[in-house]
Amino acid sequence: MPDLLHDLLFDYTLRTVALGAAILGIVSGTLGSYAVLRRQSLLGDAISHAALPGIALAFLLTGSKAPLVLVLGAAVAGWIGTLLVMGVVRSTRVKFDSALGIILSVFFGIGLVLLTFIQKREDATQAGLDKFLFGQAATILAQDVVTMAALGGVALFLMLLFWKELKLLSFDPEFGSTLGFPIRALDILLTTLLVIAIVVGLQMVGVVLMSALVVAPAVAARQWTDRLGLMIALAGGFGALAGVSGAVISSTAARLPTGPLIVLCASALVLISLCFAPNRGIVWNALRQRRNRRRLHVEGEVIP
Amino acid sequence: MSAPQIEIQLIAVVIAAACALPGTFLVLRRMALMSDAISHAILIGIVLAFFITEDLASPLLIVGATLTGVVTVSLVELLNRTGRVREDAAIGLVFPVLFSAAVLLIARYAGNVHLDTDAVLLGELAFAPFDRFIVAGWDLGPRALYLMGGILALNVVIIGLLYKELKLVTFDAGLAAALGFAPAVVHYILMSLVSVTAVGAFEAVGSILVVALMIAPPATAYLLTDRLPVMLGLGALTGAVAAAGGYWLAHWLDASIAGSMAMVAGLLFGAACLFAPQRGVIAAARRRAAQRWEFAQTMLAIHLFNHRDTPDAATESRVDHLQEHLRWDPDFAAQVIHRAERRGLIHHHGQALTLTGEGMRVAREALVG
Repeated sequence: MPDLLHDLLFDYTLRTVALGAAILGIVSGTLGSYAVLRRQSLLGDAISHAALPGIALAFLLTGSKAPLVLVLGAAVAGWIGTLLVMGVVRSTRVKFDSALGIILSVFFGIGLVLLTFIQKREDATQAGLDKFLFGQAATILAQDVVTMAALGGVALFLMLLFWKELKLLSFDPEFGSTLGFPIRALDILLTTLLVIAIVVGLQMVGVVLMSALVVAPAVAARQWTDRLGLMIALAGGFGALAGVSGAVISSTAARLPTGPLIVLCASALVLISLCFAPNRGIVWNALRQRRNRRRLHVEGEVIP
Repeated sequence: MSAPQIEIQLIAVVIAAACALPGTFLVLRRMALMSDAISHAILIGIVLAFFITEDLASPLLIVGATLTGVVTVSLVELLNRTGRVREDAAIGLVFPVLFSAAVLLIARYAGNVHLDTDAVLLGELAFAPFDRFIVAGWDLGPRALYLMGGILALNVVIIGLLYKELKLVTFDAGLAAALGFAPAVVHYILMSLVSVTAVGAFEAVGSILVVALMIAPPATAYLLTDRLPVMLGLGALTGAVAAAGGYWLAHWLDASIAGSMAMVAGLLFGAACLFAPQRGVIAAARRRAAQRWEFAQTMLAIHLFNHRDTPDAATESRVDHLQEHLRWDPDFAAQVIHRAERRGLIHHHGQALTLTGEGMRVAREALVG
């Protein structure tokens, strides 16, 4: 254990990866809270898959593998995908879940087609873009972490700036619109922030598992509190904890990919929270029920 | 066309049709993303069954994977039933856990075996014809074709047998329960079909494309019809068109077949969104525009009707008065008058407007309701 702590602080690779994972956990946990509260948990899944063609296209157009370029491409594609989902739901009778499924898989298909183009180009091997599918935390560099921190920081700053409006949007959009708030614009703003949160993490955990980091910390945090502020802070904390533990565990042995471990850590936090969170915990609930049943039983025997 | 080309297209068409049938019920029951969850989660079943049999061609892999699909569904329901996690969040929690576990197991213990995660996500239809079904030395065709043909037949038979039950549970689960149709049992049968179809399809086209083929064609059909049998048929047909079209697009672009099929499925859905006869965006916009003109004409008729035979009829029933009274701008007013005249609701002499008999009738009907 002291060795791990030492490595965490002084080993360059582990320190970079852990820092990146922590930032990723904070940003996705925080913004994921809104998605979970608004019953749009799976929007993250659609955004992350929809980002793939953006990454491929950004590379095809610029020929650059600079993280900022690829992340920008991912963000634009993810954003377009989400707007298409909203558009389909608003203007046709196709429901939210179907729209998500279609955009998710069709965009991913377009991404695959573009990836096969990239494979054929002589100047580039696919390696480097491949990592966006499953994520490759070990290849994260300090400059990537700086990019992640900058993008995530902007997203969190905007969230705090529009705190009141986003809260209203999440809990009572109809009331918000009667008060004259531009609810559609706020919806797009919040979705944009979620897109940022997701593209920040793609390089690290990949397209498939990123959605879990949007959902899991938020669901875990939800069990501990009924207050939005506390929930968001907790979700960020849980996200960071899952990120760092995943990174540390993956460093202990060879062939332990970081992304899946981060997801499993986050899910373990969900399980613990579901069982043991004060008030809402399933274990306390069962104990309370048993106590009540016994008391009822005893009183039933005393009274007659 | 060469023999492998025909075989690939045949496999693709059969997969698409097999996916569209259970997919129709997923779309109607608003469970589209269950296909996403199942198609990812079956990986752990394949991995675990592979560790037991150490044979990638073993039928036990299919059984194991199908079971995991069903387990996924029940885990989602278990989480949902605690009352602490909503269904969408439950789906988003369960399948990444199972998928992560599978990726970890593969990375850790099956690194050099032919079971890599890329193939799982992407699939490779182009290789399907190389895997032959050989009985007693006879080459009977590609194995995938038999597997998917069997799954398609299974889907057709089960959906045919349980058609009434599935229909009732889909459209009115409460009534189904009250009549004693056991919606939960029907639900699990449907989910088993989704699962086995996903398992069969995913070898050839990868897990994400399974989602495309299960959801996009039925959703396209959903925009074109209000009848369940038509939707089932149209969904399978749309899927087949996407499969064959995708193959030729991939051929032309020299790109991933699975990806191209998803693209064509998406294009067909997009076209249906825009151009569907009644449900499409354009049809809806035209309907709205027509209603706007009709409403304006009725307003005009009512206005003229209210002021007919009154002292101020001469001033009220003038074209230039409409701007003041109904707040219409001159262009709009001219359009409405033109359309109303063409419909035979009014007469128009210079500035003066008078109602025809038909115009009276329209106004009366609108006022009385």
